[in-house]
Amino acid sequence: MARKIGIYVCHCGSNIAGTIDVEEVARWAGATIDGVAVARDYKFMCSSLGQQMIEEDIRKKGLTGVVVAACSPHLHEKTFRRACEHAELNPYLCQMVNLREHCSWVCADKAAGTAKAKALVYAAAERVKQQVPLEPMEVQVNPATLVVGGGIAGLQATLELADAGYHVYLVEREPSIGGHMAQFDKTFPTLDCSACILTPKMSEAGQHANVTLLTYSELEEVSGSVGNFKVKVRKKARYVDETICTGCGICIEKCPRRVVDNGFEAGLGQRKAIYTPFPQAVPRIPVIDTAACIWFDRGKCRACEKLCPTNAIAFDQEDEIVELQVGNIVLATGWKLFDCHKLPQYGYGRLPNVYTNMEFERLCNAAGPTNGKIVLRDGKTEPKSVAVIHCVGSRDVRHNESCSAVCCMAALKFGHLVLEKTKAEVYSFYIDMRTYHKGYEEFFQRLLKEGMHFVRGKVAEVTDAARTPGEEGKLIVQVEDTLVGQQQRIAVDMVVLMGALEPQADAKELGLKCGISCSMQGWYTERHPKLDPVATMTDGVFVAGACQGPKDIPASVVQGAAAAARISGMIAKGHVMIEPIVASIQEDKCSGCKICNTMCPYNAIEFDEPAGVSRVISSMCKGCGTCVAACPAGAISGAHFNNAQIMAEIRGILWDAVPSGNGQAPGVPAAALNP
Amino acid sequence: MSHAAKTKGKLAIYWAASCGGCEISLLQIDAKILDLAAAFDLVMCPCIADGKVRDIEKMPDGAIDVCLFNGGVRTSEQEYMAKLLRRKSKVLVAFGSCASEGCIPGLANLNDRQSIFDTVYKEGSATAPENPADCRPQQATPVPEGTLHLPLFYDTLKTLGQTVAVDYYLPGCPPEAGNIWAAIAAIVEGKLPPRGAVLGLNTTVCDECKRKRSEKKIRKFHRTWQVIPDEETCLLEQGLLCCGIATRAGCGALCPQVNSPCIGCHGANEGVEDYGARLQSAVASVIDSSDPAEIEQIIADGIPDPVGTFYRFSLAGSLLRRKNKRASADGVGRG
Amino acid sequence: MSDPTFEPKIVGFCCNWCSYRAADLAGTARIKYAPNVRIIRLMCSGRVDPGFVLSALANGADGVLIAGCHPGECHYLSQNYKAMRRYHVLKHTLAALGLEPDRLRLVWASAAEGQQLAEAIDRLVEDIRKLGPLRWPANWEAEPCCQEAVESIAREHQEAMEVLP
Repeated sequence: MARKIGIYVCHCGSNIAGTIDVEEVARWAGATIDGVAVARDYKFMCSSLGQQMIEEDIRKKGLTGVVVAACSPHLHEKTFRRACEHAELNPYLCQMVNLREHCSWVCADKAAGTAKAKALVYAAAERVKQQVPLEPMEVQVNPATLVVGGGIAGLQATLELADAGYHVYLVEREPSIGGHMAQFDKTFPTLDCSACILTPKMSEAGQHANVTLLTYSELEEVSGSVGNFKVKVRKKARYVDETICTGCGICIEKCPRRVVDNGFEAGLGQRKAIYTPFPQAVPRIPVIDTAACIWFDRGKCRACEKLCPTNAIAFDQEDEIVELQVGNIVLATGWKLFDCHKLPQYGYGRLPNVYTNMEFERLCNAAGPTNGKIVLRDGKTEPKSVAVIHCVGSRDVRHNESCSAVCCMAALKFGHLVLEKTKAEVYSFYIDMRTYHKGYEEFFQRLLKEGMHFVRGKVAEVTDAARTPGEEGKLIVQVEDTLVGQQQRIAVDMVVLMGALEPQADAKELGLKCGISCSMQGWYTERHPKLDPVATMTDGVFVAGACQGPKDIPASVVQGAAAAARISGMIAKGHVMIEPIVASIQEDKCSGCKICNTMCPYNAIEFDEPAGVSRVISSMCKGCGTCVAACPAGAISGAHFNNAQIMAEIRGILWDAVPSGNGQAPGVPAAALNP
Repeated sequence: MSHAAKTKGKLAIYWAASCGGCEISLLQIDAKILDLAAAFDLVMCPCIADGKVRDIEKMPDGAIDVCLFNGGVRTSEQEYMAKLLRRKSKVLVAFGSCASEGCIPGLANLNDRQSIFDTVYKEGSATAPENPADCRPQQATPVPEGTLHLPLFYDTLKTLGQTVAVDYYLPGCPPEAGNIWAAIAAIVEGKLPPRGAVLGLNTTVCDECKRKRSEKKIRKFHRTWQVIPDEETCLLEQGLLCCGIATRAGCGALCPQVNSPCIGCHGANEGVEDYGARLQSAVASVIDSSDPAEIEQIIADGIPDPVGTFYRFSLAGSLLRRKNKRASADGVGRG
Repeated sequence: MSDPTFEPKIVGFCCNWCSYRAADLAGTARIKYAPNVRIIRLMCSGRVDPGFVLSALANGADGVLIAGCHPGECHYLSQNYKAMRRYHVLKHTLAALGLEPDRLRLVWASAAEGQQLAEAIDRLVEDIRKLGPLRWPANWEAEPCCQEAVESIAREHQEAMEVLP
């Protein structure tokens, strides 16, 4: 069939036309490239007029292939594929040329840019001549969802999906859901009691018919793809039988072993060896900490077992692997606190009355180790002055370059609580005041009125080395007040460090299990930072909340809801269309050498022993093409990225490189040579 | 083989830059040579029969029914004959690896005329003691009787397909007698694939090899003289660089049967443009290391001659065809 | 010997998820870099077939760039390791075929590293500019004397007796 290619060169306003002679490229393409039926340039190809132009040409001229030289395919590949579809040309007979991001925006010289543009257009034209119609594959979507992480983002996603009538498996590594929000005292800017707004959601999740809680559990393994994931979850042994335990708490009361609670109480309080992390824990089923338990340590005690009214203690319990089938996965694994020991100049761990932000939350919390009284480490002295230091470990090239998004507001919140609960003076040492969301700026103004003191400067050090009698017994904050241009030494009783939000230590590992990646700083990579913040590059895997980047509670809730909405839509539709970019093996060429099978990290290539050949399972193939390149027999071909297409692209892209004359490139049939 | 043919066809067999093995292999069709003789007049075969070039030149174009052309094209005489036989033949077969892909003579493409002649004729070579004046072959040498002509020796060996349009390719170094006979029969009976095709199977040697296969993870490549492989397991899995994975089947996996890794004489599989690319890709993909320095060591230790390993038979017919001419003696290219 | 007007023509194979997006990011950030690398988009660096590199060289490229995700961060988990191994093997073969090592380069760039990719491209272009044009197809251009030698055989035969043209 004769090839009739349409070539469309977009001006993109002046974005492309400013540095590339687009009219010349179109004219040249029509005059030079074989098989081009029409070559046009136009101001905005992605506009409806631009798309109509393509559709009309397809219908009127019977185009067999379309090349759109415009922006990056990551922006408009779908747009132009749809235009082709409208005109009843298979969408995979369309190829985009990246003339903007890869050409006009990065090249200052018009001649060089235009030459590069021509090469890229030639390449696409040659490629499109080799392209064949393809049909997307339909995959059924399992209506169950896996949510990893029971913090506010994960809870929101879970409840929205469950309320929509779909089943959710909520996996949480701690013994209770709730996440960091359960540790907070009040939330900004409303000063709502954190537990009061969180616990209703927690208990709803705990009781919802459509939710299966898997607490004290970890995601072990993921296989499959969107619509059809098989996951393995490790339920760690609690040593308590959850089917019998009533949550009465007698075991906790009677346990003789007390240890420092470095988890929920941030090291400020204590708990028993058998414990629930906090009173409103969901589920209320305790867990035995084998490192603390006397039985696991020296083989004695077992008081909990003796006293449990329902005989729910089970010292012989083992980890259990649960296998689940779900259609989609949401990662909502949150954040961990920066280790403030890493900034020794602030004295954390050395100077007793230096606290982290999480420690201070527990201090303020009415259910915390001091019943909500703000006191020093001695447990009784009220501070007369408190310093709050912003950006500890954030905005720091040595630790975390990013801003942690919430600390300025949390610092203001702490200031308010100090002013409310004590007679202390409270100082904020800040670089910038980032109070950007609804009600935040007003909260800042409120604290200004309440009498919080603000010093703009990055604190150089916190020391107990007094220089004057007035500084004796105090913590001195050494800082340059940059608005005044003067060094200050401010003596306080207590210092609160606003530690940075960091990715979880195993975030990357978990991401890789699900097939998603992290940024350089360790936050999960979203599909598009502006337009698609909860989807990832892997279909069926979503991210929500702080694990995607530091954010406050409203933003986490929004992302949890967004992920749920996406998944709900998919489930309602019942199926997803997967791009048909998959590998296939020509069985008569395959000799069964078994090299390809282990090339595939998704185990998508099975070996048929009786037939002695390998076969690709299309629904599991993600289309990377590695097996295509590896096959020594040339028996594997990759749809839409096959050898003929790429080789044609290479020849086109070097159209101006092969010297004219008798230097024939290989692949030219010998019949073309003079006999 | 149809004996109903009343008139005999014309058969030409020519050797260019080759070793003579193809003629020997042809003779291994044994008694079938009588059938061949019954069906064809042998108008030219420099190895085993009389036949003058002048007579070929006098024939009308297309007078020769089948020409089996073995050997690569690396002199002006060979090029002349390739073009002559193409004109005079209905069906031109690139017979064997040399004509198809260059084969061993093609490895001369790692050098050029100058360095080859230096090696052969210059002082220090085997010829040199009898060539104290460092005489070099001359294209024209006047003698009292007239002028003696020698062909021009090219820098680069070409395949037959790079010289003229080839109708069919018969792979192998040499092609197996059974496959030769099958090809001749197919030509005589007219049961042929479209022109330009390879007359052979379209899968690789593994298909014919009986060894047991599993996962391939190579931490060390062994040279053949370093290990005695076990006879049951895949040779590649034992660290020997068996090229069977990328080599067209049709030989019955003869070499692996005698505990020797395949060296690739049957050429690439159907539709493959560059044999060495396939082999390199597959071999590299199964190297069991993710550390660049370690990978380098595995390659340096186990594959000291990458061109000889990956392009032993196919260099001239590969995408790059030869070593960069502007490379210096130490192998590094100059601009 | 280097020609100051020489502009290398380099083919770059970029993976859809990381390096291609890095190039996009360099564009969005309007970072200016040498226009000599012409990018071909593949889904993964693991798709890079050594045959692609060879074809680029055989079609006149002065150099080839392969760019993928950082080791451990491949969108398809571990496929960039296969690209790495093939690159090392290919490097050895190409060195034996007289190709300067600097002409084939493997670069890792995450989707966030637009600046770094631009800089790597600038360095590659400079290195190849110093090496000069490769013009691999010139390696098999017939020497002018070949055609003459073939024709002279026809003439030699005509000089002898009993030959019809």
